[in-house]
Amino acid sequence: MGDDKILLGHGGGGLLTRSLIDDEIVSRFGQGPLKGLPDGALLPAMKGRLVFSTDSFVVSPGFFPGGNIGDLAVHGTVNDVAVSGAKPMWLSLALIIEEGYAISDLRKILDAIKAAADDCQVQIVTGDTKVVRRGQCDGIYINTAGIGELIDGFDLNPNAIRPGDKVIVSGNLGDHGMAVMAAREGLGTGRLKSDSAPVHRLVQSILDVADKIRFMRDPTRGGMAATLNEVVADRDVGVLLDENRLPFSLEARGLSEMLGFDLLHVASEGRMMCVCDGAIANDVVNRWQTLPEGANACIIGEVKQDSGMNGRVVLETAIGGRRVVDVPQGELLPRIC
Amino acid sequence: MKYIDGFRQGDAGKFLGKRIRENAAKLAAAHPPIFIMEVCGSHTMAISRFGIRDVLPDNVRLLSGPGCPVCVTDAGYIDAALTLAKRDVIIATFGDMVRVPGSSDSLADARSDGADVRVCYSPAQAVDIAAENPDREVVFMAIGFETTIAPVITLIPSAMARQLENLSLLTAFKLVPPALSALIADPEVKVDAFICPAHVSAIIGSNAYLPYVEQHGVPCVVCGFEPLDILFGIDNVVSQFLKGERLLVNQYNRVVKPDGNRAALALFEKYLIPVDAGWRGIGVIPQSGLGIKDEFEKFDAAMRFSVSTAGGAPDPGCMCGEVLKGKILPADCPMFGDACTPQHPVGPCMVSSEGSCAAHYKYER
Repeated sequence: MGDDKILLGHGGGGLLTRSLIDDEIVSRFGQGPLKGLPDGALLPAMKGRLVFSTDSFVVSPGFFPGGNIGDLAVHGTVNDVAVSGAKPMWLSLALIIEEGYAISDLRKILDAIKAAADDCQVQIVTGDTKVVRRGQCDGIYINTAGIGELIDGFDLNPNAIRPGDKVIVSGNLGDHGMAVMAAREGLGTGRLKSDSAPVHRLVQSILDVADKIRFMRDPTRGGMAATLNEVVADRDVGVLLDENRLPFSLEARGLSEMLGFDLLHVASEGRMMCVCDGAIANDVVNRWQTLPEGANACIIGEVKQDSGMNGRVVLETAIGGRRVVDVPQGELLPRIC
Repeated sequence: MKYIDGFRQGDAGKFLGKRIRENAAKLAAAHPPIFIMEVCGSHTMAISRFGIRDVLPDNVRLLSGPGCPVCVTDAGYIDAALTLAKRDVIIATFGDMVRVPGSSDSLADARSDGADVRVCYSPAQAVDIAAENPDREVVFMAIGFETTIAPVITLIPSAMARQLENLSLLTAFKLVPPALSALIADPEVKVDAFICPAHVSAIIGSNAYLPYVEQHGVPCVVCGFEPLDILFGIDNVVSQFLKGERLLVNQYNRVVKPDGNRAALALFEKYLIPVDAGWRGIGVIPQSGLGIKDEFEKFDAAMRFSVSTAGGAPDPGCMCGEVLKGKILPADCPMFGDACTPQHPVGPCMVSSEGSCAAHYKYER
């Protein structure tokens, strides 16, 4: 393509649209169901049940240390499908691009989408591209929806959680939110990188103990605090976290101290947590630690039944005191995904 | 982080907690419970965040005093900002002020109605906003204790250096020592010792607290914000009571000097004069604020736009004043957690991230 900027005409449905789709979309994703650009993807019937999830991505800035809005849009939806106990298979991809957006940046984003989809072994099977006037969006927004096939053996339900169960996370918490925040505010990120990554291999690694896994989730917006509070809300159990065990990177801790954020409130985009039978907790940790994305996996807490704790997430601090871990209030980090 | 981690060592914290409990047990027979008041929002948050109250015995009680500048800002001050916002003035402010209710509305309400309210992480951003908007008036919401006053007041020389004629400050600066005097003088307030603010003390110096020790016999310990700092401070107070001592102790000597920060104090001297100031929920405390000197009055938004920041009519059911004086704990307010939450705050102590009510709601419900 000769021009270096996205024009309104690229979304008009005419020749410019056609060339954008051919040059940038079909060239990357034009195999399989997307071939020939039908209005809808024709997919094979599945034997089991399906999981279907969607997410929109408006992260600002679109490029941040450790990733960009493209791979984030793949990981976000793939992870939602995976932690629902499914094998992610197909994705839709809808782009909303601001007039004047650099085509070189669009290419980088599409390359990242392609690489992430290949890594996750999912196919982009349908999509859409719109261009809006300058000022009507911030560079580029992406929506992805994903379909996966439910894996036999998982019966995930927060109702199944019982006292003695352990809470496990797959790695350092909050790196994504802090990296985006640092990039947006020009704070200099040093070695701090987003953790944006897929978690489907972590899910696959615990398939044969699936019946002992009560619940899985990826702690994105609202961080671990929001995720765990959702798990215990209105239940007759609570979660006791051990501050000494919480895995945080040195860089994220430094930045969060400076800015006054609680890293338990900050999003990760490549981590997962599970609540499992205490008897298999060490086994899950060991399996996760053998994968690069689970290298820092650890047990961070335990499910308790106690009148003072039920329905709550409580942190035992390093000095031996206890405090409530609440859901974040209001706007914490605007637009981190 | 390695540096900070040194002040968060779990074992050392547990040791101090144990010693406090042991000494307090020795004290229990001879002395009623000791009430220690902290007067710094960051201490309030740290005490809640690190679970410090939870490791203390029943006869060592922590009270949160008027330590958050947002919390002590009068409703009338918010009303004045709203008046300016309606006159198409750009309001530049620290984020915490946006949701504080005035007599009726907050700046967040005004913003949703189209007012131009901009959140600044640093006061210096207000100078940039003024430079970028030469045709509009920009008012910075200049609140804060001594620590914040120092950087905020540099807006005046910055604006002069850049020849900006459209930037002014709506001041509600507050001074900590007059508030301590007012608390000591109030017969309804029960305070046996102060944990003195950390960064305010870096500006005014630890010697500023000598009168409370020497004239009123109230031990004062200047502490840092980390759990070991605060536990050390509490341990020190308890041990003073055990030995019958009344001392000024500067535990935070890695930052706080006896005479404070002379450069900052010289800035105060140059641009500001002591004024009577209204403290939300407490009332007017003589000479407890700083206002802009007459010779710099063009930077004084209240003068420039003829608005008054006094008074206002906060929600009559709000008990922030009782909380700020340490008379009640946040949970004792009938509105706490029901009518008043961080999502729908009635009083400023619930709005500010360093407010006592917000700290209790977040960490200690």
